[in-house]
Amino acid sequence: MTMLNLLIAALSQGMLYAPMALGVFVTFRILKTPDLTVDGSFVFGMTVCAAVTIAGYPIAALLCGALADALAGLCTALLQTKARIEPILSGILVSTGLYTVNYAVLGGQSNLYLQREVINAQGAAVNESCPTVYRMFGKLVKPMGGLMKDANLQTLLLTLAIVAVLTALLAVFFFTRPGMAIRATGDNEEMVRSSSINADRMRTCGVMLANALVAFSGALLCHQQRYADMNCGNGMLVMGLASVIIGQVLGGRRGVVAGLLSAVGGSLLYRIVLQLAYRLDMPSYFVKLLSTLIVILALTLPRLRGAIAKRAKKEGARA
Amino acid sequence: MSSSPLSIQSLTHRFEAGTVNEKLALDRLSLELPAGQFVTVLGSNGSGKTTLFNTILGKLIPDEGRILLDGEDITRQKDYKRALNIGCLYQNPLRGTAPDMTIEENLALAYTRKASRSFFAVNRRDNRYFRELLAGLDMGLENRMKTKMGLLSGGQRQAASLLMATIAQPKLLLLDEHTAALDPGAAEKVMHLTETIARRDHITTLMVTHDMDYALRVGSRTIMLDSGRIVMDLSGEERARMTSGALAELFYAKGKR
Ligand SMILES: Nc1ncnc2c1ncn2[C@@H]1O[C@H](COP(=O)(O)OP(=O)(O)OP(=O)(O)O)[C@@H](O)[C@H]1O
Ligand SMILES: [Mg+2]
Repeated sequence: MTMLNLLIAALSQGMLYAPMALGVFVTFRILKTPDLTVDGSFVFGMTVCAAVTIAGYPIAALLCGALADALAGLCTALLQTKARIEPILSGILVSTGLYTVNYAVLGGQSNLYLQREVINAQGAAVNESCPTVYRMFGKLVKPMGGLMKDANLQTLLLTLAIVAVLTALLAVFFFTRPGMAIRATGDNEEMVRSSSINADRMRTCGVMLANALVAFSGALLCHQQRYADMNCGNGMLVMGLASVIIGQVLGGRRGVVAGLLSAVGGSLLYRIVLQLAYRLDMPSYFVKLLSTLIVILALTLPRLRGAIAKRAKKEGARA
Repeated sequence: MSSSPLSIQSLTHRFEAGTVNEKLALDRLSLELPAGQFVTVLGSNGSGKTTLFNTILGKLIPDEGRILLDGEDITRQKDYKRALNIGCLYQNPLRGTAPDMTIEENLALAYTRKASRSFFAVNRRDNRYFRELLAGLDMGLENRMKTKMGLLSGGQRQAASLLMATIAQPKLLLLDEHTAALDPGAAEKVMHLTETIARRDHITTLMVTHDMDYALRVGSRTIMLDSGRIVMDLSGEERARMTSGALAELFYAKGKR
C-alpha cells in the first residue's frame, strides 16, 4: 500500500467514527456530564441498522439505528433526571441492559452479516449480500473510473459528505433557542431553571441527541464493514474521548462551531495516529491501551504544564 | 381574596424533622406585599431568610402554609414554572450567569420567557433591546456583547445577572444579599440599579441585606426575621425616624432573646 492509500484508509475510518466523536462532544463538552451509554449505544445503532438493512431498507436502516438509540438515550436521561441516579451509573445501567437487547436484535447470536438467503434460478438457496449505502454509492461513482474505483476513497467521500451535513446541522441547531438552552443547561443548570426553562427536558434532549449521533456511527460502520458485531462497542467511549480531546488540543476551546469541527478533526487525526502506529508494527490489540494513554496524557497535561511552569519560576528566582 | 402580588400565609418548614437535628426554619410566617412595594429583610445568620426565599422559588416545598402569587396558589408548583414571574439574585455572582456563553446569549436565554418566536436565539431585534439595557449599566458592556460571561468581573457579572433577572418584567424580585460579595463601589452601583429597575418596572421586591444603612435607605418597608418569624415590621413615619444605629441595637436585642 502506498502512503496515499494508507492516508485514505485512515481518513475514511476517522470519518466513520466522527459522528461518535460529535456525540461524545455533546455530552462531555456541552452537557458537561459524561455519558457512559456510549459503548452500548454504538452497538445498538449497529445491530438495528443491520436488521433493517437485511429487511431491505438500507437508507432507512441508518436512520432507524439513530432513532432507536435516541430512545436508549431517553432511558439514560430519565434515570438521571427522574430517578435521580448518578449520570455515570445511569449510563452504565442502560449500556448493560442494551447488551441483551443487542443480542436479541441480532437474533440471539453475537454477529450478523448483511446477507439474506434467496432461491436462485437452479432452485438452490444461496446467500445474497444486501445493498448498503456504500454499495449504492460505489455503483454510482465507479463508472467515473480512475481513483473512484478505490473502495476506501468511495467510503471516505460518502462519509465526508454525510459528516459535513451532520456537522452543519448541529452547528445551526446549537444557535436555535432549544439548542442554546441545551448549551446553557450544561453551563449553569440553575440559571436555566431560573429562566423558566425545563432544564431536565433540555438535558434529556441533549442525551438523546448524543446517543443518536453515536449510534449513527455504529450504523455507518455496519454498512462499511458489512456486518454487525457485539464486540464493536468495546472501548468506544475512550476512543471518542480521545478524539474529542485531541481535537481540543488542536482547536482550543473557542466556541461550539470550533468545538464541533475539532471533534471531527480529532477523530481523523486519531485514526492517522493509529495507522502510523500499525505501520510501526504495533499489534492491533494495543489500540485500547494507546487510546487510554492518550486520554490520560491529555487530561493531565494542563496540570503538568502548570507544575513545570511553577518549578521553572522557582529555579529562575533562585538563579 | 387578596390581590397582592405576594401573599404568604402561615408558612412553616422544619429541616430534618423527627431527628435530634430537627430545626424549625420557618415558624408560621405570614407576609403580605402590596404591588410594587420594595421591602428590605434583616435577620441574623440562620434566621430563615434564605429558607423563606427557597420556598417562594420552589426549591423547597414547605411543610405547611400557602404561597400566593397574584392570587394563584404556587406552593407546590414546579420551580421552573413559577420562574416565569419571579426573578432572583444571590450573593454569588457566578450563580446567575452561564460562564461559557456570551453576554448576549445569556440575556437571550433569560429573555426566552417573554421573547417572541424566532429561529435563532440571538437575533437583531432582541439585540437592540439588550444593547439598550446594557448601555443603561454604564459599564461599557454594550460593546462587549460577544464576550464570554466568565471573563467579566464579579461586579459586572452581578449587574448582568440583575438585568437577566428583570429582563422579562417579573411580578416578584427576590434578592439574597446580592451586593455582599462586591466592593463598596460596585455594591453601590448595583444597589442603585436595583432601585431604578424596580421603580421603573414597578416590581414587587424582597431584598435581604446585612447592611443597616441599605436596609433603611432602600425601599419603603423593612422587616426583621428571627427563628423563622417576623419580629419587626417597619414602614412609614416609624421607619423614616429610625436610624441605622438604633436599628442595629434593635437587631441585637431581638437576636439575643
Ligand atoms: N438543607 C438544610 N438542612 C438542614 N438545616 C438547614 C438546611 N438549610 C438551612 N438549614 C437551617 O435552617 C436555618 C435557617 O437557615 P437559612 O439559610 O434560611 O438562614 P439565613 O437567614 O439565610 O442565614 P444567613 O444570613 O446566614 O444567610 C438555619 O438554622 C440552618 O442551619
Ligand atoms: Mg441566607
